[in-house]
Amino acid sequence: MLTLLLILIPFISSGLFFLIGKNIARPLAIVCSIIELVLALFVLNNYMSGHHDMLQMNLAWISSPGINFHIGIDGISMLMVLLTTILMPLIVYGSFNRNFENASTLYGLMFLMQGSIIGSFLAMDGFLFYLFWEIALIPIYFIILVWGGENRQKITFKFFLYTLFGSLFMLVALIYVYLQTPERSFDIQALYQAGRQMGLTEQAWVMSAIFLAFAIKMPIVPFHTWQPATYYTAPTPGVMMLSGVMSKMATYGMIRWILPMVPDAIQEYGYILIIISVISIIYASLISIVQKDFKYLIAFASIAHMGLIAAGIVAANTQSLQGSLIEMLSHGINTIGLFFVYDIIVLRTGTSEMKKLGGIRGIDSSFAFLFFIIVLSVVALPFTNGFVGEFLLIVGLFQSQPIAASFAGLSIILGVVYMFRSFQAMMLGETNSLTANLPRLNVQEKTILIIVVAMIITFGVYPKMILSITEESIKSLLQGIQ
Amino acid sequence: MRELLLISGLGVLSLFSGLLNIRKGFLLVVIVGLLLNIGFSIADWNGNEDVYGMMLMDNFALAFNASFSALAILWFISAHSYFNNDNNFSDHFALVLFSICGGLVLVSFSNMAMLFLGIEILSIPLFVLVGSDKTKLSSNEAAFKYFLLGAFASAFLLFGIALVYGATGSFENAKIASVLAGGSVNQLALAGMLMMMVAMSFKVSAAPFHFWAPDVYQGAPGYITAFMATVVKTVAFAAFFRLFSSTFASMQFEYKVLFAIAAALTLLISNITASVQTNVKRMLAYSSISHAGFMMVTLLCMNSGTVGILYFYTLVYSISSIAAFTIFEVVRSNSNGGEDIDTFKGLAKRSPLMAAVMTLAMLSMSGIPPLAGFFAKYLVFTSAIENGYLWLAIIGIVASLIAVYYYFKVIIAMYGHQSDLAKIEVSVLHKLVLIVCALALLLLVVFPNLVTGVLG
Repeated sequence: MLTLLLILIPFISSGLFFLIGKNIARPLAIVCSIIELVLALFVLNNYMSGHHDMLQMNLAWISSPGINFHIGIDGISMLMVLLTTILMPLIVYGSFNRNFENASTLYGLMFLMQGSIIGSFLAMDGFLFYLFWEIALIPIYFIILVWGGENRQKITFKFFLYTLFGSLFMLVALIYVYLQTPERSFDIQALYQAGRQMGLTEQAWVMSAIFLAFAIKMPIVPFHTWQPATYYTAPTPGVMMLSGVMSKMATYGMIRWILPMVPDAIQEYGYILIIISVISIIYASLISIVQKDFKYLIAFASIAHMGLIAAGIVAANTQSLQGSLIEMLSHGINTIGLFFVYDIIVLRTGTSEMKKLGGIRGIDSSFAFLFFIIVLSVVALPFTNGFVGEFLLIVGLFQSQPIAASFAGLSIILGVVYMFRSFQAMMLGETNSLTANLPRLNVQEKTILIIVVAMIITFGVYPKMILSITEESIKSLLQGIQ
Repeated sequence: MRELLLISGLGVLSLFSGLLNIRKGFLLVVIVGLLLNIGFSIADWNGNEDVYGMMLMDNFALAFNASFSALAILWFISAHSYFNNDNNFSDHFALVLFSICGGLVLVSFSNMAMLFLGIEILSIPLFVLVGSDKTKLSSNEAAFKYFLLGAFASAFLLFGIALVYGATGSFENAKIASVLAGGSVNQLALAGMLMMMVAMSFKVSAAPFHFWAPDVYQGAPGYITAFMATVVKTVAFAAFFRLFSSTFASMQFEYKVLFAIAAALTLLISNITASVQTNVKRMLAYSSISHAGFMMVTLLCMNSGTVGILYFYTLVYSISSIAAFTIFEVVRSNSNGGEDIDTFKGLAKRSPLMAAVMTLAMLSMSGIPPLAGFFAKYLVFTSAIENGYLWLAIIGIVASLIAVYYYFKVIIAMYGHQSDLAKIEVSVLHKLVLIVCALALLLLVVFPNLVTGVLG
């Protein structure tokens, strides 16, 4: 029941925005996102105290092809739901510094997206998962098409077609496994069993088809070509939803729908996926270094981090999975922070080209300080959440693929290069005509950055509270595979 | 029987509507009549009424009768302006109703003679209706083309029926089926079946017999195009399915290959051609052909489940088509008659409702979740894979991806561009149609069993 509410509340809120006037759009958006957050915390409380029975729900939906409305929650889904619900108020609040035309429609689409993303985290039925996975695509397409920047028509179309292309392969793979189930069911356990009984070649095909969908959505090289332009043209709330929350659907999907369904293929051919991911890490990091525009830099840095998460998931041991989950959380928090910093700078100076900026630290030292902590977390310095994730990831990856792990470790070093260079270019040095009269951060901007930084440090110093959420679920997941 | 009497009675009544001075409320009369027709279908459910050995009102016939009547109601409401601005009011009503009459015969025939009569009763009014925009050259050309090619198709059909009669000695479906099932493959019957397949492929505009469709759809008055793309297509497919699933069931091995090739060709040709169109009406025509390709797949995987899939697919496709064509007509008449994709630019500002419903229709036709069109395509793909036609499912997926390209051209024009044309006021009746279509597209995916289960 509670899990159903988790999905329904964003959908209902989304509907509300299409009915109300402009004036109350902002307060309503904040209220709706906070209600959802409170509910998620309540569910967390229930989950941690072991009341799992409230959290499962299985209704017959479409009987003849064996599709059930089966939703449930375990530690992994719980963490993803928390990530989504924590980020949502921040994204909404962050959008208040701009006057979006038709703001209520924008919020409506954002909540529609939140609802379907949460739905995909909770779905315990292959068909349901696919449905939510695709529904999430429509609102973000319109968010970028209507509120986006230059050349958005072509860019959004490429984005849409690209992701749809990948998803259709996933659909075919899911149907294929579904046809192997004895009772023709899309239920997650039935799919797991049918998948595990398939031969190695079949498993490899299924793995590749599903991985293609996820690799495009994350994205990792060489399936990333839609991403930089899309991130660049998207309005800030849109890009935050896209990189902060939506990309996690893909990594979550790998844990939920690839690992347990085709374990033999992962065992046998997983190294190929790891190599692709590691290439992705290094390639994207190197491209990041030469970026002139801060937003492109964040986009490529995001590819590098997603690559590391993907490699950790495929390595499939306790550390690497724990690491990838924490890294998903911190990547979500960090990119929101980075994009918000970008938004602050662009609003004030009209440019995000790093060379044109400089000396902001001298004018607004608290802004520079908050930004610096986010940078530290991105480069995985100890006592930040980024460190916990990347450390566990690399340790875990080392256990199964030592060589790949040592290359993946480069991500931290290269990360230092591009992040510090951008920080240097924008914050340090002499001020110029653009930055000389920069207004200081206002209350709203400061609040958001402080919350982001507070989360970075809290989760960095005390990661145990996250580890304890996912611990049990990872254990049972790995037991199922072996 | 009473269904047939009711609809032909309505047609005759409309001929006298001018005389009886009931022009004003006649739309209402027709709608009530069609509702009654749906009611009859429900009342006769499981009745299996045999109409003089010529028609069999089995559940298949009744289900399709109900669905195309419902579609016709939607269409009549949407096309009210077509009838209002018109001097030949009663003729047009009568022609449409007679055409529907032919549809009823087609979904329920149990004798080859009725198949032929049904096709003719369906088509001859359409020849006239397509040319009903008398002052427009393209309309006349379309009517001429349609008539000429339609006559060819009828000749093929007749020849096919004759050959099958020669091989089996009967016009009755059941008898033909039993004779064919008894012996080995009869060459004469095979030739006859192929002829009939050609004729039916022409009627459903499946490749390679689709060449008439874009020109005719583009030339005909918009609402008539909508009628052809929805009601007519639905009944033509129902007849196609009825013919091949029962009468020629024993020749599956022979015809399946041909259906597979036809479906693949239809999917590829129509979608590739559609993607280069700039005229929205022509694009919708090609899109209609491409959906014929998907429906062909259900013909190919004939088992008990696929009839439900065909039923669902025709309904969903027709609903989204009615919405799309209605919006197209309203936009065209408010934009100096332009049919180009550019007339849709900035529609989101000019009429948010129409832009939103058009988006739903386009998303549904391209098969994007959570719209009903996705579920329809999903069912088709699953049945194809289940029957060992994985390659056809992959072609279908490629085709859907190409389709996304041209459907999204409309969406991008509506939301991604500005326009300085005036706002559009949508009439109440059109609003009603659009809202009903939108709700249907959204709700059918929540309760698809309501439709697929009817003929499960």
